[in-house]
Amino acid sequence: MRVVLDRVAVRHPAASGRPGPALRPLSLTIERGEQLAVVGPSGAGKTTLLHALACALPPSAGLLRFDEIDPWSLPTRRLHRQRSKLFLAPQVPPLPPRQRVVTAVLAARLPQWSLATALRSLVYPADIPAARFALAQFDVEHKLWARVDRLSGGERQRVALSRTALTAATLWLVDEPLSSLDPTRSVQAIDALTRLARERGATLIVTLHQVGVARLFPRVLGLRDGLLQFDVSGTDLSEERLRALYAQHEDELLNAAPLPRVAQADHASGLSWR
Amino acid sequence: MQPPSHGLRRQTTPPGFHGAEALTTASTQPAGRIQPANRDPAWMGRLFWACAGVALLLPALIATEFKPWILFEPDSLRVSAQFAADFFPPKVEPAFLTMIARETWRTVAIATAGLALGLLIAIPLAVVSTTVLSVSAIPGRMHAWPLIVRQTVRVVLIVLRSVPELVWALVFVRVVGLGPTAGVLAIALTYGGMLGKVFSEILESDDRHAAQSLLRNGAGRLQTLLFGALPQSAAELTSYTVYRWECAIRSSAVLGFVGAGGLGQQMDNSMKMFNGSEVAAMLTVFFVLVAISDAVSARLRSMLG
Amino acid sequence: MSDARTKGLGDIGAMPGDLRRSRFSAALMALALLVLVVSSFTSLDLQWSKFADDQAAQRMLKFFSELLSPSMDSRFLKNTTVAALETLAMSAVGTLLAAVAGLLFALPATQGAGMGRAAICGAARFVLNALRSIPELVWAALLIIAAGLGPFAGTLALALHTTGVLGRLFAEAIENAPGGPALTLQTQGIPGGRVFLYATLPQIVPQLLSYSLYRWENNIRAAAVMGVVGGGGLGALLSFHMGLFHMRETSTVLLAMLALVAVVDIGSWVLRRNLQR
Repeated sequence: MRVVLDRVAVRHPAASGRPGPALRPLSLTIERGEQLAVVGPSGAGKTTLLHALACALPPSAGLLRFDEIDPWSLPTRRLHRQRSKLFLAPQVPPLPPRQRVVTAVLAARLPQWSLATALRSLVYPADIPAARFALAQFDVEHKLWARVDRLSGGERQRVALSRTALTAATLWLVDEPLSSLDPTRSVQAIDALTRLARERGATLIVTLHQVGVARLFPRVLGLRDGLLQFDVSGTDLSEERLRALYAQHEDELLNAAPLPRVAQADHASGLSWR
Repeated sequence: MQPPSHGLRRQTTPPGFHGAEALTTASTQPAGRIQPANRDPAWMGRLFWACAGVALLLPALIATEFKPWILFEPDSLRVSAQFAADFFPPKVEPAFLTMIARETWRTVAIATAGLALGLLIAIPLAVVSTTVLSVSAIPGRMHAWPLIVRQTVRVVLIVLRSVPELVWALVFVRVVGLGPTAGVLAIALTYGGMLGKVFSEILESDDRHAAQSLLRNGAGRLQTLLFGALPQSAAELTSYTVYRWECAIRSSAVLGFVGAGGLGQQMDNSMKMFNGSEVAAMLTVFFVLVAISDAVSARLRSMLG
Repeated sequence: MSDARTKGLGDIGAMPGDLRRSRFSAALMALALLVLVVSSFTSLDLQWSKFADDQAAQRMLKFFSELLSPSMDSRFLKNTTVAALETLAMSAVGTLLAAVAGLLFALPATQGAGMGRAAICGAARFVLNALRSIPELVWAALLIIAAGLGPFAGTLALALHTTGVLGRLFAEAIENAPGGPALTLQTQGIPGGRVFLYATLPQIVPQLLSYSLYRWENNIRAAAVMGVVGGGGLGALLSFHMGLFHMRETSTVLLAMLALVAVVDIGSWVLRRNLQR
């Protein structure tokens, strides 16, 4: 899906009680199949950006277009159909505690399922091989029949991510997918995520604090206080840029541990700014 | 030396001290500090409310014709003593007991059928009235029409549950005649309202994160209910339904007094004939029935966890 | 790596044994429930045909439409108001008596360390259970034999049933009250009754009041219908006029009932909110 933001601004939702804009007028074009990372300190507006792209928050100014369609101009029913084309994975895995992993993962197929299929799947899961395949991408296949509340935080996060393998959406919005994962698993997960997105031709937008992982992306956006600070390729993500972005929030910068895919030079430069 | 006065008063000389000594002791307290009163400040308020309570109580006692001495008037005492004496022994003839067993089953059946119909009413109304499944509310505020529909359904549920089931039973007895149908319908309507209201409250107060995420990704409303909301609320919903089934059994017995059949109707008949032994037998059976359904309900609810 | 793990688990593609078993027992229970429900419907002589009958439908419609036009005759309204006040008084006095009696019964009925008199506790609990099992209306029917028709029987019936309910709730509240203050007084050698009054009771009074107010909401509904079996108040008026098919008067009484229930619900909620401040 091709996404165009034209001077889009978003206010904080009324429920959060915070005044003022969460995202200042932002213009951005994201081509079909692109993969980008969004970095920035807390409160920068990363989650707000994702929610605005997921049509979960209406823009207070500007225009949002998906493949030349403005979703907010559509009647509610068509807007809801439009929603099935995007996939939002929130920071906290949205898995009901008492549900089994197999059902939780298959829930990604709900927009394509009829009500009858959904009911049938509750009694006996409709597509177990597909669920297995999805979980295997993130190395949680052995938890297929476990209950969600018996999983560790990291396992829960990976189960939530494995839904991407089953969704039919063409725009994937993933909020902090690596917060509960150790460095090894982090790179595995990002690897799987980017590979799946590439195979399906889906547009992928990921928010991260792990700067080392962000460097692996072909395009990185930096947000601070609701403003877009930079829009560069991963290889051009320099120390000065990051330092300026995370000024007064340095404790939030996280580096993925050196792994076979990350070059030694990157590792050294990652430590140097400390 | 001034005597201590009521209420709050600036006092630089503590009572009982004179002149120069007062200066030394007063110097340990900052000048002009307010002393606590010597009378209980809450007393007047309490006295007032107590008098108000009594003032309300007297007319209430008169309105309810509260004359406990009536119970001990010779005529009344004779009748009640005779009636109470008839309690022992309770009637245990086989034919009578068979009839009671049949009527007890009818009472349970009326309660079960009524509650089943009540669920048919409650579930759709609860699903419609809950905001968890609102599509228009995903980005923020709900649109006008969905809000109006939801509030209307809520009002319907409140009205259904406010009318006592006995009143419904009276109305239905006029329409469909004496018999269990009136009882079943009365329980269905009242308990439908009760269950619907509480179901929707349970759905509202449980964690919405999973359901919200499914809705945002384009799942249908009922699908979201099945995969997002019910997994966490199902235990509580079922537990409350089982509790209400237990209550329905008691209601069903009561409805018998207006002609809806079951144990209540038999009790009414026996009481009108002043037949103490029959009433005693039925009261015992009723007591046991309530105890059993209480135990079954507690067991089921603990199994649901 | 993942292959090694899943290999050890056998064929993971099928539902595991323990899940199958728990699903099976859940299905059995659902079946038993279904049998209960279906047999309930079939064993009762439910006259659904009466609804299907054209004439019956017309009669129902006429009945309900008449209910929508309440009588506004001033004398009747005065009668209704008097009956409403009588019903309100019944519920209030009944609940009040029950609160006092409930507290008196709750004391011996509390279980817990230091209360060695198990027999008394058991007896008190039995009495409370017996009082509570018999619905208010059944009590009313019984008491009419002793006290005659009228609101007195209704008030006593409410009081007896509610004593059972509140007694049990109060006993639980006493058991769950934090024991610190009571223990402090007990170690000073103060007798049990005074310990209760000075240590336990002050802690639980708001809770007791809250339970009583909540019970009042239930009792106003019960009081409203008590008259149908002869207990006075709005119920007597309702049963009288409905028996004579005076639909307009019936409608007024029903509205009065709804209004009274709403007033008590709101009043109880406000008072309970104030208690928490």
